[in-house]
Amino acid sequence: MLEIKNLHVKLEEEDKQILKGVTLSIGAGEVHAIMGPNGSGKSTLSYVLSGRDGYTVTEGSATLDGADLLAMDPEVRAAQGLFLAFQYPVEIPGVGNMTFLRTALNAQRKTRGEPEISAGDFLKLVREKAKSLKIDAEMLKRPVNVGFSGGEKKRNEILQMAMLEPKMCILDETDSGLDVDAMKLVSEGVNALRSAGRSFLVITHYQRLLDHIKPDVVHIMAAGRIIKTGGPELALEVENNGYADLLAEVK
Amino acid sequence: MANVEVDLPQLEVRDGVDRETIETVASMGAYKYGWATDIEMDYAPKGLSEDIVRLISSKNGEPEWLLEWRLAAYRRWLGMEEPHWAMLNYPKIDYQDQYYYATPRSMAVKPKSLDEVDPKLLATYKKLGIPLKEQALLAGVEAPEGERRVAVDAVFDSVSVGTTFKAELAKAGVIFCSISEAVKEHPELVRKYLGSVVPPTDNFFATLNSAVFSDGSFVYIPPGTRCPMELSTYFRINAENTGQFERTLIVCDRGAYVSYLEGCTAPKRDTHQLHAAVVELVILEDAEVKYSTVQNWYPGDEEGRGGIYNFVTKRADCREARAKVMWTQVETGSAITWKYPSCILRGDDSQGEFYSIAIANNAQQADTGTKMIHLGKRTKSRIVSKGISAGRAQNTYRGLVSMHPKATDSRNYTQCDSLLIGDQCGAHTVPYIEVKNTSSRVEHEATTSKVDEDQLFYCRSRGMSEEEAVALVVNGFCREVLQALPMEFAMEAQSLVAISLEGSVG
Repeated sequence: MLEIKNLHVKLEEEDKQILKGVTLSIGAGEVHAIMGPNGSGKSTLSYVLSGRDGYTVTEGSATLDGADLLAMDPEVRAAQGLFLAFQYPVEIPGVGNMTFLRTALNAQRKTRGEPEISAGDFLKLVREKAKSLKIDAEMLKRPVNVGFSGGEKKRNEILQMAMLEPKMCILDETDSGLDVDAMKLVSEGVNALRSAGRSFLVITHYQRLLDHIKPDVVHIMAAGRIIKTGGPELALEVENNGYADLLAEVK
Repeated sequence: MANVEVDLPQLEVRDGVDRETIETVASMGAYKYGWATDIEMDYAPKGLSEDIVRLISSKNGEPEWLLEWRLAAYRRWLGMEEPHWAMLNYPKIDYQDQYYYATPRSMAVKPKSLDEVDPKLLATYKKLGIPLKEQALLAGVEAPEGERRVAVDAVFDSVSVGTTFKAELAKAGVIFCSISEAVKEHPELVRKYLGSVVPPTDNFFATLNSAVFSDGSFVYIPPGTRCPMELSTYFRINAENTGQFERTLIVCDRGAYVSYLEGCTAPKRDTHQLHAAVVELVILEDAEVKYSTVQNWYPGDEEGRGGIYNFVTKRADCREARAKVMWTQVETGSAITWKYPSCILRGDDSQGEFYSIAIANNAQQADTGTKMIHLGKRTKSRIVSKGISAGRAQNTYRGLVSMHPKATDSRNYTQCDSLLIGDQCGAHTVPYIEVKNTSSRVEHEATTSKVDEDQLFYCRSRGMSEEEAVALVVNGFCREVLQALPMEFAMEAQSLVAISLEGSVG
């Protein structure tokens, strides 16, 4: 599904190398987790994959089902099935959550050459998806993320994911700022979306999210590289011993 | 007016059509009302003189008093100077190089009903999405439940070509007709109220309008009457080098209510065209007027060639106690916009509201805002202005809030937000505040921001194109004002916001 090969990325403004050769292969239906200390390049990886400005790829490649991801505009990547759940979802004053969802969904359908969804079908779909995430009608009417609590923002990201039905989902520190109950809700939302045709890349700082969303593969990232790859037990190792031992191992 | 779908001729590329032509046609997409109607016109000779004023008056078959009124305005205008205090930059206007009167030849003898109107004219309005035929009514079919009907007065260059639903409105006692008709049919009302809000001496452009106005709409709502449908006037400038000088007069008698909509478009022309309108609203005790405008005159091309010079004087007089007025405007067109819909809050406890979206893209310049003149006690006003600048455009909010000594315990709230797209445009806010008593309160809030890259990326990462993202964010920015519009207009305005910002990013 997602193939990243030897990806080198520079921050445009500071001319600073952030990713220094990331290689990663995620098959269909797999859940991979990336863990790592602050500043290891985890968020940069998610931004580069989704097409944010401000980064230059100096070497390497990233493909989604064989198509060159890096050559596409962000909206084309989205229409091809890539989705990033933001660590800090952006507020858009004056734009109703429903309007936003419908505009996004129809934009993707248009790009894929599909007809627009009717108002009735959309309403039915959004109500059904919102219910399982405990998002009420009032929250659907409010402007996108404006005045949302940390937990509401993250649930809203998962709602968007559920509506847009991407095949490759990247979750960037979705657990940050969540209390135990919110984390459970969000994880349940994600788990409900797991399927044979849908893959996940879960970026997280802590092991606890991985108690809820069980990964197939765990990668440890440090200083712009993946330094170790293993099974779910690797996450437990980090939880117990911290990153210091792993980092020392590499050096 | 709700009908946004306009069936435009399909673009067909035949062999032998050169590239330039194709590109020119393709680039017309941004302003979709840029086509012209090929129709035989009668023009008065170019330029302005007493003879032209007399000619316009006689074409309209006006009484002597109105001719004298026009001539007095004309003579006064000769001694006036064009104002230049606005933040607008444009070449000198040659007032002798304009036609002041143009009418379709078929209108020489005024048709008695819409059935007699030249089909070409009706087709023009159909293409614009304006329903002129009262099809439902003619066929004896009631409009579907929930679908509000809108009565339309259509003004083509200098004349009104037809007004719909007149008979039905008359049943409610509402008068809705062209002003030239009103002069003949209801002279006592016209004489009593014309110029009573915007006197012929008011300002350079209003005085010019008083001398040469050719047509426009007249509305009278009798006491205690709620107008049974929305009223609207649709202005179309078609002829080249022709100014449009319409005059609208709305009188809302005691305890009455009316919602009035106004739309404007013009063909693409390489030369600038002058539009100097006057709108007067007279609002009596406990009456309420909602006046909404979607102004989409041709804005000129990216280089600033062509486009309408829009110099408009609009004023509401809340003449008696508890009168209410709400101006809502969406200004997306015109090369130059000079417009300050104002409220004179004369009656005690009267209220004025002004909601505005002004979008300036490419080489457009807008200097617009409002005046709230508080004269009565406990009068209230509210101003919400959203200015959007893109391309190399300059957008100025200019507003006056004035609390007179007798306007005790009055309130004003002003909110003025500017949004910048790109780094070559400008936004300016020029508030004037005068408070001459100690019990009134005036609040002014202003913000200026750039379209946020993070918001755009967030939208794009969900599948929207950059232009869709900008349109969504800008529509969100304008939401308070869009909500103030009648529903039929709000939809049209939303898509207009998107269209007028096309090409502003990337």
